[in-house]
Amino acid sequence: MRSVWRTVDLGLARDVALVCVAAAVIGLSYGAIAIGSGFELWLPVVMSVVVFAGASQFLFVGIVAAGGHPLAAMLAGLMVNARHVAFGLAVSDLLGRGRHRRILGSHLMTDESVAFALGQEDPERKRSAYWACGIGIFVSWNAGVLLGSAAGAAIEDTGTFGLDAAFPAVLLALVLPSLREHTTRRAALIGGAVALAATPFLPAGVPVLMALLGLLVFAGDRGAA
Amino acid sequence: MNSPTMIAIAIAGLAIGTFAFRFAGSALRERIDISAQAERLMAASAVVLLVAVLATAALTDDGGFAGIARPAGVLVGGMLAWRKAPFLVVVVAAAATAAVLRLFGVP
Repeated sequence: MRSVWRTVDLGLARDVALVCVAAAVIGLSYGAIAIGSGFELWLPVVMSVVVFAGASQFLFVGIVAAGGHPLAAMLAGLMVNARHVAFGLAVSDLLGRGRHRRILGSHLMTDESVAFALGQEDPERKRSAYWACGIGIFVSWNAGVLLGSAAGAAIEDTGTFGLDAAFPAVLLALVLPSLREHTTRRAALIGGAVALAATPFLPAGVPVLMALLGLLVFAGDRGAA
Repeated sequence: MNSPTMIAIAIAGLAIGTFAFRFAGSALRERIDISAQAERLMAASAVVLLVAVLATAALTDDGGFAGIARPAGVLVGGMLAWRKAPFLVVVVAAAATAAVLRLFGVP
């Protein structure tokens, strides 16, 4: 583990810290929304530690609060989280050897840590970015949720501060370096368009998975090579 | 409100299923030999999914259009990131743009 920290330079540490601040603020709003929806304190707090996947947690709380069956909320959450299978394939090498590290590294997998890692140039930096970001977000997200749950509905409206724009902007900034490659960029643009077009018609989570259709451009790419 | 037991069961199911997703990808990758081409495809699929997540988060809300302020904020942040602005500037500019637009009544 020590070798991971040795390659965390100041620039990387600063960027990770900022992603963590953003995660804490989103966690804050998640906790507050859950309590504001009538859930007891344990629910958002425990859920954030054991599930640790923000989008699915918002969805779960939203569905149950609206009177939906918890198992339906569970299925919706699983649908949203299915993308982690592809993330696991992509970052497998970064998790390291040994059963415990692989289990821990898997649980720390988030959109941000994957995007951060894929955006780095050399393998060593990829690894440190993944772990630093994963651990940092785990701590800051859960701290945010705890605070938000304790504060309750007092801080529900994150829109006022534009924080809803901060999350996609964070992901965009993280994913930009990976878009330099021509075919990947085309696949991502097509996939994003498919997801957007499908969003009004399909349940949450499915449109994002449908974006994988964009990978079809690789079929043409291979034929040309 | 549903029974606390049922909610706890659903949360446990979501936690276990989500971990299984996260673990399955890396476990699978360990067991099979993969060509350079497939390796490239896996990295690309992660990028495609991330772009889809950020695009839907930026532009949609509850299956509908997210309004003007949020996408505008993300756009400003994205352009700054493209121009290699520091990460802090990107995030603050995105949030500030959306917040200021809303202050002036833009949805």
